[in-house]
Amino acid sequence: MTNSIREIPLSEGFFVIGSNTTENHPVIGSMIKNEVINKGKKLIVVDPRRIELARYADFYFQIKPGTNIAILNGFMHVLIKENLYDKEYVHSRCEGFEEMAHVIEKYTPEYVAQICGLDNPEDIVEAARLMARLKPMALYYSMGITQFVSGVNGVKSTANLQMLLGNVGIPGGGVNPLRGQNNVQGACDMGALPNTYPAYQPVASIENKAKFEAAWGVSNLSTTPGLTLLEMFNHAIEGNIKAIYAMGENPVMSDPNQKHVIEALKSLEFFVVQDIFLTETAQYAHVVLPVRSFLEKEGTVTNTERRVQLMHKVLPPVGDAKDDWWVIQEVARRMGANWNYKTSEDIFEEIRKVTPSYGGVTYKRAEYEIIQWPCPSEDHPGTQFLHKDKFTRGLGLFTPIDYTPPAEDADFEYPMILTTGRILYHFHTGTMTRKSKVLDENVREGYVEVNPIDAQNYNIENGEVISISSRRGSIRIKARITNTVKPNTVFIPFHFFEACANVLTIDAVDPISKIPEYKVCACRIEKINL
Amino acid sequence: METISLIIDGKKVHGEKGQTVLEVALKNGINIPYLCYHPKISKTGACRICLVRINGVALKASCVEPISEGMEVVTEDDEIIKIRKFVLELLLSDGDHNCLYCDANGACEFQSLVQRYSIEEIKPSKTRIPKEIDYESSNALRRNENRCILCGRCVKACKEIQVSNVWSFAERGSQTHLVADDGKKIGESSCVKCGTCAQLCPTGALTLQPVKGRGANWELTAIPSICIYCGVGCKIDFYKNKDNILVKAMGNYTGPNNGHLCVKGRFGFDFVHSDKRLKKPLIKKKGSFEEAEWDEALDLIASKLIEIKEKYGPDSIAALSSAKCTNEENYLLQKFVRSVIGTNNIDHCARL
Ligand code: SF4
Ligand code: SF4
Ligand code: SF4
Ligand code: FES
Repeated sequence: MTNSIREIPLSEGFFVIGSNTTENHPVIGSMIKNEVINKGKKLIVVDPRRIELARYADFYFQIKPGTNIAILNGFMHVLIKENLYDKEYVHSRCEGFEEMAHVIEKYTPEYVAQICGLDNPEDIVEAARLMARLKPMALYYSMGITQFVSGVNGVKSTANLQMLLGNVGIPGGGVNPLRGQNNVQGACDMGALPNTYPAYQPVASIENKAKFEAAWGVSNLSTTPGLTLLEMFNHAIEGNIKAIYAMGENPVMSDPNQKHVIEALKSLEFFVVQDIFLTETAQYAHVVLPVRSFLEKEGTVTNTERRVQLMHKVLPPVGDAKDDWWVIQEVARRMGANWNYKTSEDIFEEIRKVTPSYGGVTYKRAEYEIIQWPCPSEDHPGTQFLHKDKFTRGLGLFTPIDYTPPAEDADFEYPMILTTGRILYHFHTGTMTRKSKVLDENVREGYVEVNPIDAQNYNIENGEVISISSRRGSIRIKARITNTVKPNTVFIPFHFFEACANVLTIDAVDPISKIPEYKVCACRIEKINL
Repeated sequence: METISLIIDGKKVHGEKGQTVLEVALKNGINIPYLCYHPKISKTGACRICLVRINGVALKASCVEPISEGMEVVTEDDEIIKIRKFVLELLLSDGDHNCLYCDANGACEFQSLVQRYSIEEIKPSKTRIPKEIDYESSNALRRNENRCILCGRCVKACKEIQVSNVWSFAERGSQTHLVADDGKKIGESSCVKCGTCAQLCPTGALTLQPVKGRGANWELTAIPSICIYCGVGCKIDFYKNKDNILVKAMGNYTGPNNGHLCVKGRFGFDFVHSDKRLKKPLIKKKGSFEEAEWDEALDLIASKLIEIKEKYGPDSIAALSSAKCTNEENYLLQKFVRSVIGTNNIDHCARL
């Protein structure tokens, strides 16, 4: 997030796009609801599903999955055409406006409504006018923006809109991605990415190579960016990747195209998994190492607003389970590394030295203060919101972006659109939530949401087990008949291994971020009991 | 901010314009009792237990009384004690407070005030009517309305913090009671089981479901940590008993969540005690896993990785890091992959 959770009361309005906030980030969802319901703040929601927030929205747009960019361009079209954008801000703080405005020109409300499957183009005009009046307005998004082949462009479009409105770099505004996992932010910050060292320092740079070789006392660092997760699996099948070391991931469940992942894992010469359970993925390992759960370890995590927080050991370890860092160190030592970390704090002290944005964070500060990176030195208070007065690159850059359709559209053979996501009571692959009584009892099994009209057409009853197939595979799953989804669209939460949505999803990826297009693929539903 | 100075119990203290007498007193360690007040919800001024004397005359509810320059406050005198006792006795006679049976025993704000004001046993009032007990309908919440003091915190917690508007008061006078969604059982209502109403309830009228039977409140230890689920990063006080079993999770008020939690952060941690947890390293031999010692497993991994690296080069090895692991662990794994293996093949599920 460019801005902070505690700024929510400072916003005059909220634009939530591609985030089912009340289910996936419920605490932030409640804070937004409090502003809207109890304090009369404004809310605009764009989502293919009629999510809870849609109920309280001043404007709700139930778009066809994969058409975010079109509607964002539509709002911008109105703002530019009616001269409602923040001219002062755009001219003093940004560049590239003309080029973008040129692309935006053709996104008339009528054209956009047609792409997005909306009946009422006039609402796009009214919503844009409302946005222009909300000073400041905060934009929130999540995987409903990023999990498309056009994900990176979707992200850039949200930035275009917020810059056009003058909402970046001010309290209560911002472009605020909500991170799906408790430490995605930190894992990225720490360089658990194929192309960057900690703090997003590119591995391809000779200076960075020299810097990290000096810091780590080695001379073999590679300047070739590595493979992304999905590429790793492709390369494993092709025979170029021979060994994978997995720390607490469950790609068999979480990755698109499950069959492909399993094939990849089976083709490895050596596969190591360290985890707290024998997961669906660990079944394919040659060695499985027991590690401690988050309640049995100490260390820091960084939340969606860049805030670094300290976790404590609450419980003693189970059996012979060890800290993940201890395991890595033991393997490294056996491979010749001269490492000697005694606590996670020892590691953190090293992180501070090579990660400029974490330089001023200490365990003590993380425990007692609100510290958000960048925080370069111990006397620096941390950064509540980014891009104050100027953007990181100087001027904010507008990027002209055209709408491009998803990789797969509905056709004769697969006439419906499948979209996937999470629900309130479960998390990710369900490894943890399905073993927790209260959560499990609430939702025990997977289901597919089907619109009543489709249900009628296919003669499907609520609770009936139906078959869903895509070009990748087919599953059986209970139907839940609901207006949450539009006709011709179905939704499956991906937490349930026995009705695994990722048997169906497509592994087409965004060309830059390599994010798979989980949010849309073509599918077909069929009645089983005729 | 305009600073205001005033005198509370003879002590000169400062506050900011807009603060109440109670807030300034609490901040300065002066313990005015309160029941309907809670720092995270709007003010009600209903229970009258927080009465104080202002400028030698008027008795005012300190939780709603704004401070003013030069104000003199007395937080307790004979008359105030009498009124407080009267309020407590009235509440006791209208309810059924047998602490032995109560989940809140030892962690109850009402109990602690009854102790503080040395109230002797009170007979039930003649008009008292038994109220709803529902330990079953919800797997998240337990209710015993006979312990309810009608402070209204739960109503406001659900309205202002969770914003699901489940609770409201029905009827009036001695008939007043709580209803979920216009009269449904809590388990059948629109409650999303965030548990915030129970966290804010000052008594045992609303408590969390899986707590009972896992140890008395004074046997529990609370240690703060961070939720493992979504990226909000809620700070949670984890309560465990003497046998190191997790008992409950309460939202910590200093975290980004401001004390609030969702159902996952409140009830999502049984998995740590699951008997399916891995306890020993496993090595696959002839297609099935066998338990091994750490040394054997680690030696095997190191030798295999060295062998593969020598045979096919460092880029034939890849690692998956984890968005559920700490910064330190992510850092160390990428350092391992880059400096020990010699490749940049590391990624995690940020995109998924
Ligand atoms: S548990 Fe949460 S949603 Fe349910 S009644 Fe209490 S505050 Fe409301
Ligand atoms: S249930 Fe608890 S919080 Fe709610 S009114 Fe009764 S005593 Fe107060
Ligand atoms: S308690 Fe809920 S909202 Fe908070 S971090 Fe955990 S999952 Fe996210
Ligand atoms: S605490 Fe002040 S009236 Fe209840």
